[in-house]
Amino acid sequence: MKIAVCVSLVPDSTTKVKLSNDKLKIDKNGVTFIINPYDEFAVEEAVQLKEKHGGEVIAVSFGTIKSKDAIKKAYQMGADKGIFVEASGDFDSFTAAKNLAETIKDLNADIIFFGKQSIDYDSSVIPAMVGEILNLPYINVVTKLDIDGTIIRVEREIEGGKEILESTMPVIIGAQKGLNNPRYPNLRSIMASKSKPVEEKKASYTGNITEVTEMSLPAIKGTGKILKNGVSDVPELVKLLREEAKVI
Amino acid sequence: MKKILAILETKDNKFKNSSFELISEARKLSAELKCEFAGLSITAAEDNAFTSLSEYGAEKIYKIDLNELNKISGKDCVFSYPAITKVIANFAKANDFNIILLSATAFGKEITGSLSVKTNSALCPDIVDIKIDNGDIIATRPVYAGKAYTKVKFNSDNILISLRPNVFKAEKINGNLSIEKIDVNTLNIGASDFTAIVKEVVTSTGKLDVAEADRIVSGGRGLRAPENFNLIENLAKVLGAATGASRAVVDAGWRPHSEQVGQTGKTVSPSLYIACGISGAIQHLAGMSTSKCIVAINKDKDAPIFQIADYGIVGDVFEILPALTIEIEKLNI
Ligand SMILES: Cc1cc2nc3c(=O)[nH]c(=O)nc-3n(C[C@H](O)[C@H](O)[C@H](O)COP(=O)(O)OP(=O)(O)OC[C@H]3O[C@@H](n4cnc5c(N)ncnc54)[C@H](O)[C@@H]3O)c2cc1C
Ligand SMILES: Nc1ncnc2c1ncn2[C@@H]1O[C@H](COP(=O)(O)O)[C@@H](O)[C@H]1O
Repeated sequence: MKIAVCVSLVPDSTTKVKLSNDKLKIDKNGVTFIINPYDEFAVEEAVQLKEKHGGEVIAVSFGTIKSKDAIKKAYQMGADKGIFVEASGDFDSFTAAKNLAETIKDLNADIIFFGKQSIDYDSSVIPAMVGEILNLPYINVVTKLDIDGTIIRVEREIEGGKEILESTMPVIIGAQKGLNNPRYPNLRSIMASKSKPVEEKKASYTGNITEVTEMSLPAIKGTGKILKNGVSDVPELVKLLREEAKVI
Repeated sequence: MKKILAILETKDNKFKNSSFELISEARKLSAELKCEFAGLSITAAEDNAFTSLSEYGAEKIYKIDLNELNKISGKDCVFSYPAITKVIANFAKANDFNIILLSATAFGKEITGSLSVKTNSALCPDIVDIKIDNGDIIATRPVYAGKAYTKVKFNSDNILISLRPNVFKAEKINGNLSIEKIDVNTLNIGASDFTAIVKEVVTSTGKLDVAEADRIVSGGRGLRAPENFNLIENLAKVLGAATGASRAVVDAGWRPHSEQVGQTGKTVSPSLYIACGISGAIQHLAGMSTSKCIVAINKDKDAPIFQIADYGIVGDVFEILPALTIEIEKLNI
């Protein structure tokens, strides 16, 4: 079984966001970058399938040179090969999807895993974009996956429940928390990942059809009314919610 | 010439609130851009369900019968997202709609990416604001889990936008509704388009989902044990609210993942969010900071949750929750 997995590098979720001088992006100084947390579920599932069915796992990342770190993390978790596609300048989701699709197309993978969404721009669109570009079925927000011969059966989370889907392969799967428990790399795999080569390519598609015109930080809320007298303030709170906030 | 199409979702054959928000916004946008707008719903709902849309200013609505559409698949099929994407794209193209609005619901999110590619649209997902500036549409959306906002401009005549549910106002205004049924055979869809087939939808009955709720009561590690969540449930009940949870209590197995609010859980923007025994870690705030009214109950006066709370009480959840439940029950809401 040949499995591809797309991994991206994102600021750690505890990052305090500051803006760059041009107010078009964040100031990356001092920011720690990690593999996108959802992509860890994707890599783990890919590696588990390889362990069960044999085959190989190929990690693909598109972005600045730093994105190679996401591939290194995938190596530590058990990926066999890595392909890094270098972006030329800023890119939007469509540009990323186009370049990922271009690379994936030649891999002949049975399953292409993604994370459900990347936690930088929170778009959650690239898996279906790549699916559409490559004319492959796509299923995102997957919490359970079984392979039955040539058929893949999955559960997908929706509001207040789940959907049970069936697809042929090749298929695109977006991993949601709950799919598995990503492993912690051991020291040996961390050491081994350092010297493992990564194939490098240049972006074949450039240009963006959307443009960020401004980035801003959320307005700081005026300090709320915090009551200090414990349970004796309950009637006051209810009064405020009813008469001032008018929410109950 | 611009022409707006809003994709309207139903659940249990009734239009969702997010669809009312969408049609409201489509109507306002069409007035500002001086262009036409219409709605499209691919649904099994009967025509009488559509009258609810007219209360929010809907006029022209196209309807595609989901059951008739599914017959084309020749299989046992609840629906297929790729097929629905193609239906919407073909319909939009054939009728010159170049601005498409979706709701960023589980359904909307699943097709946003593919629909943008199929319609050659510039895309901005999950927006919380939209404005016209010198004739250009400018959409605003939260990024970095709400720690920043970006304004996005579209360098294309084809535009696809999804609206975060519960953020835009569904404004009541009467519309002169006309429903046009589209023959599924005109849509250029064949059996092979039905891929990634949904075989079954399993809903946890009777439970209001955090992502759809207008009021939420959430509990965290401050509740100390899973059985104490009855305090959360009791308050939620008198408020008609959904119950939510922090990741700490989901990871501990006290609450299901479907209740988790935050960066790796659900993003919510209810009109009332009550956080009980939740410290307010940045990843939790990521999921609820756009709530309209935030109430915090925490025994630690320095808990970060108080920094974004509109109201709060410093105190013990075990005392405050029962008292609050009784007090709100008296109001009979
Ligand atoms: C990549 C990543 C993703 C994450 N995603 C999420 C996410 O989606 N959602 C999420 O919630 N978290 C997420 N987290 C975890 C987050 O960092 C916090 O650990 C978590 O939110 C803490 O949960 P808590 O507030 O319930 O617990 P704690 O931080 O332990 O807070 C408990 C609070 O209860 C108060 N308390 C204790 N006893 C009482 C009492 N008797 N009465 C009143 N108050 C009391 C305490 O003062 C304290 O403030 C994520 C973390 C990472 C690294
Ligand atoms: N630059 C990238 N390189 C590789 N994979 C990516 C990249 N950006 C996003 N992805 C994949 O697409 C998923 C969804 O991302 P997004 O649509 O940006 O939220 C992520 O979880 C990754 O698996």
